[in-house]
Amino acid sequence: MIVAHQVNVFARNQPGRLERLTQVLMEENVNIRAITIAGADDFGVVKLLVDDPERAYQALRREGFSAYLKEVIAVIMDDRPGGLHRVCRALGERGVNIEDAYGFVVKDRSTAVLVVEVEKIPEAEEVLREGGFALMSDEELYSL
Amino acid sequence: MPEGEFWNPEVELLSGEEIRSLQLRRLRAVLERCGNSPFYREWFREAGFDPARVSSLDDLRALPFMDKETLRGGDPRRFLTVPLEEVVRLHSSSGTTGQATVVFHTARDIDAWTELVARCMYMTGVRRSDVFQNMMGYGLFTGGLGFHYAAERIGALVIPAGSGNSKRQIQLMRDFGTTVIHVIPSYALYLLDVFRELGLDPRRDTSLRIAFIGAEPHTESLRRRLEEAYGIKAYNSYGLSEMSGPGVAFECPFQEGMHVGEDSFILEAIDPEPLEPAPAAEGGERARTLHREGMPLLRYRTHDLARVFPEPCRCGRAHRRISRIKGRTDDMFIVKGVNVFPMQVERVLLGILGVGSNYRIVLETVDNRDEMRVQVEVSGDLWHGEVKELSQLRRRIAQELRNEILVTPVVELVEPGSLPAGEGKAVRVVDMRDHARGE
Repeated sequence: MIVAHQVNVFARNQPGRLERLTQVLMEENVNIRAITIAGADDFGVVKLLVDDPERAYQALRREGFSAYLKEVIAVIMDDRPGGLHRVCRALGERGVNIEDAYGFVVKDRSTAVLVVEVEKIPEAEEVLREGGFALMSDEELYSL
Repeated sequence: MPEGEFWNPEVELLSGEEIRSLQLRRLRAVLERCGNSPFYREWFREAGFDPARVSSLDDLRALPFMDKETLRGGDPRRFLTVPLEEVVRLHSSSGTTGQATVVFHTARDIDAWTELVARCMYMTGVRRSDVFQNMMGYGLFTGGLGFHYAAERIGALVIPAGSGNSKRQIQLMRDFGTTVIHVIPSYALYLLDVFRELGLDPRRDTSLRIAFIGAEPHTESLRRRLEEAYGIKAYNSYGLSEMSGPGVAFECPFQEGMHVGEDSFILEAIDPEPLEPAPAAEGGERARTLHREGMPLLRYRTHDLARVFPEPCRCGRAHRRISRIKGRTDDMFIVKGVNVFPMQVERVLLGILGVGSNYRIVLETVDNRDEMRVQVEVSGDLWHGEVKELSQLRRRIAQELRNEILVTPVVELVEPGSLPAGEGKAVRVVDMRDHARGE
């Protein structure tokens, strides 16, 4: 599967909230690959890329968090100057808007991954494929 | 004219038992008259209530409660137990949102009400030698006319000053030697600044000795502050236009709670628990008027939160006392001068969020002004993981609430489970404003 899932969690912008959230994941033995927080005034959305999104999602819901499994795609980039630019240009030229994104470098230091949220995933996927980019499968992504 | 300590010793010095028996007698007369009212005929029929069979005060409990909503439904004339031509006046509550509630009075109703307020004023020490400056609004509002007629009944010199025009108020006080005022507490506070501007000290430059403060909630400390600054005794009272107006409950010189005029009202506390600090406590006080002939009210629920002091008062009156009003059960609150019903808020939220969404309304004082915060839980089921979705949701809630209640609230999105569960006696409204906290 090319479409992967990250866990988006609604959280009040308040001391202790992230602590509680990460505790739930720790107790569920979920490993976090990447984390980013989109803030808006007094609340934010914590976005988690984890090794087992379904398990993380269920655990968070069980603990009362407002969690959502969000579809994302992961693009493999060269870890060198211009890598990210080329991805963005390919999407931008075809009018695909990136709602949110974050990137990280994989252990081998030669490749980087860009995780993107877009409105129309199939279209983005097609554009990227046509542009010659490799997409990471969900399994690959979770087991990084 | 009474000379002693009591305006009407026969009524004021009744024992608890005598009060109860007077109440029952008057109640039966009221119930009989209710047969003339289309509303009450239907009300009794629906409840399977036979007014002729009432033999104790408790029998009335077979009737459902009425409240403001009951009064609002339809033509107010259907409550009348007399022909409309017997009615000589109407008063109406501030119906800022929703329909105003109307109360009709016959000449005898006005007379009984005047007598009641006169008794209250006399109890605090007002006499015919006093000069009474009534600084309340006259008109549909019951506070102005209620006190006006009562002060005349006592025989005091009444200055119908009305509200506003601060310098003239002070001028009148000084020109005519005003000894008693009736004033909104926040205005009394403001007037102190005007005194200062004029280089005057109310303690030294006026003859004031008594103030009746009311028509808005205030704290004990504000009362003491006014007493200190003006060199007076300030008395708290309680009334609502549905029960004629001022005079429902009034402080005696001991200022340890307000005596309910139990010859005119039957006091029924919903929840005898002390209601003190916990805004969570549900309770309140319900009463019914006893000798209003035009438009009597039966088991009228006020939704005001107060404690009942059943023990006798040092003043010798057995009429039970109630505490300062601690707030209202979550039915109606006043924010920025606007009446708001939580149902209105709930309806808006229901429309946007669907059933089962949990919310809470928090009222606070920020920079001496009312602020209304609406906290809404964002459940996982109504959210699709996007930040902008949440910002839009917040904007939309604020906008639709403003359209409905005419006040723009601060909307806070909170996590599921972070508000008290929305069932049963859940607290939907938390009033943390200065006046509600009391002291």
